[in-house]
Amino acid sequence: MTELKSIASPAIQMEDRAHEADHPSSLVAKFGTEQPLKLDCGVDLAPFQIAYQTYGELNADRSNAILICHALTGDQHVFNTHPITGKPGWWDTMVGPGLPLDTSQYFIICSNVIGGCMGSTGPASTNPATGKPWGLDFPIITIPDMVRAQAMLIDRLGITTLLSVVGGSMGGMQVLQWTAAYPDRVFSALPIACATRHSAQNIAFHELGRQAIMADPDWHGGRYVDHGSHPHRGLAVARMAGHITYLSDAALHRKFGRRMQDRDLPTFSFDADFQVESYLRYQGSSFVERFDANSYLYLTRAMDYFDIAADHGDVLAKAFKGIKTRFCVVSFTSDWLFPTSESRALVHALNASSARVSFAEIETDRGHDAFLLDVPEFFDIARGFLQSAGRARGLKSGG
Amino acid sequence: MSVAESSLPLPGIAPDRTGKYRTDHLLVANMVVAGSRVLDVGCGDGELLQLLESRDIEGRGIELSREGVNRCVAKGLAVVQGDADTDLVNYPDDAFDYVILSQTLQATRQPKVVLENLLRIGRRAIVSFPNFGFWKMRLQLLVGGHMPRTENLPATWYDTANIHFCTIKDFVELCDAINVKMERAVALDLYGRPVPLNLPWWVWNMFGEQGVFLLSRGK
Repeated sequence: MTELKSIASPAIQMEDRAHEADHPSSLVAKFGTEQPLKLDCGVDLAPFQIAYQTYGELNADRSNAILICHALTGDQHVFNTHPITGKPGWWDTMVGPGLPLDTSQYFIICSNVIGGCMGSTGPASTNPATGKPWGLDFPIITIPDMVRAQAMLIDRLGITTLLSVVGGSMGGMQVLQWTAAYPDRVFSALPIACATRHSAQNIAFHELGRQAIMADPDWHGGRYVDHGSHPHRGLAVARMAGHITYLSDAALHRKFGRRMQDRDLPTFSFDADFQVESYLRYQGSSFVERFDANSYLYLTRAMDYFDIAADHGDVLAKAFKGIKTRFCVVSFTSDWLFPTSESRALVHALNASSARVSFAEIETDRGHDAFLLDVPEFFDIARGFLQSAGRARGLKSGG
Repeated sequence: MSVAESSLPLPGIAPDRTGKYRTDHLLVANMVVAGSRVLDVGCGDGELLQLLESRDIEGRGIELSREGVNRCVAKGLAVVQGDADTDLVNYPDDAFDYVILSQTLQATRQPKVVLENLLRIGRRAIVSFPNFGFWKMRLQLLVGGHMPRTENLPATWYDTANIHFCTIKDFVELCDAINVKMERAVALDLYGRPVPLNLPWWVWNMFGEQGVFLLSRGK
């Protein structure tokens, strides 16, 4: 595997990650056997736990709570130092005092999804029946399962209606599921760079990632912890493939072009001669430090299964019939993973349901990842939308 | 020049205002029955939609420019970024009581199709457009030998977004041809104020800088 020699073995100890899965550096809501999570696959998951972070203060009438739904490889650490990587929160461009998701105005909640590996119950968590990690014994979960778990957390926090549910990519799918399943509990919704169903192309990319993981001999049929290993090469390849889909041709060209990495001439080998190769390898190897391979299998599967219309007689508009939620749908011009056409299909369905929907397509060459980056036009509309929702709900400081 | 920028009146003349609102917007708003649902196609920065919502009218908007959409969203309006030529087809039949197309018809690629869509989506349509039969226009073509340019339509022929100019008379003929019923018609002057005359069509066609029409489906 010389071509992948620069994908180093994880620098972070597997024990640290395993510890984080059961005992996260977060707030934890525990649900006992009397409160099972009823999964779409028919299993009642119990006991289970949800790891979450909150920022800002909940106001007296509990009307300023905003739930952030994280993307496939995200977690609850939106606006604080990551406990494993030590890096800043993944959305600190968007969340904070004076930022669109203003922590001085709103009470912001973000929970690790069910099936994740940062403290909410998932395949990396310890199975109480065996004392070992769940691995592939963990039941298959869906986007609606994730949202059902979040609703139980929101109940636990004593919040009836969220001022807004916000998220991009897989997070956007959760936003849409929230509005379809709990329309009365979502005052406003900001689904970003997402779709109401996962496309064939997207399923194909996920399958590529899963096969890379499962082809790694260190995967051991998902029981790598028992073998003291982790399929870091397979997971890194999955991440590399995924990462390409988050960017765009133009962004890659602008960032790397055909420039060489620390050399002037090709080495006539399979070494990472090009900067873009070096960058991808870095993305792969840093990802495996913080992410569980089985979790990646489960979460990509959840996205693949997502199809709101399928749950409503194949008529998308039925999912949103009579909904009072205010929507702001946002897409990015260079996003080919969740292209604008997907967002438009959503907007058409919302229009057909007479929903109160706004839609903007933000011009950027930065691809799907644009929602995580510093894109002022996007911040601008997010801020305006949330402030107007706050005003409509009677928040005093709603701008 | 985008359609959004050409919302009435064009740069050069400040629209007449009656108190807080533009006079032409008030005229349009007065054609809409309270409690109804309205789609404003080419809603700009949402001034008319705000006026409608203040009157208990449920408004939605379509706007071409992303900047316009952002401004509308910040005002709490529901506005979708889109184009009258390509996006009206995606709205279901009878979705609105009124569909408003203000100063945009002449900039569409297929005015007839757009007009038909307006009255498919809405039970009524309110359409306004600059009148190419306005005396100043006629004079410039007749005497000056140039494509007309006015205070409200300052673009040259080669960079104008207005590709399908018509006169009030032409529009009336189109409505007849596609069985659209004209319920109300008003001519406005350069400042968007109603021409205070109740005169034959040819007078309006000569002295109205723009026409505003309340339309419904013919029998």
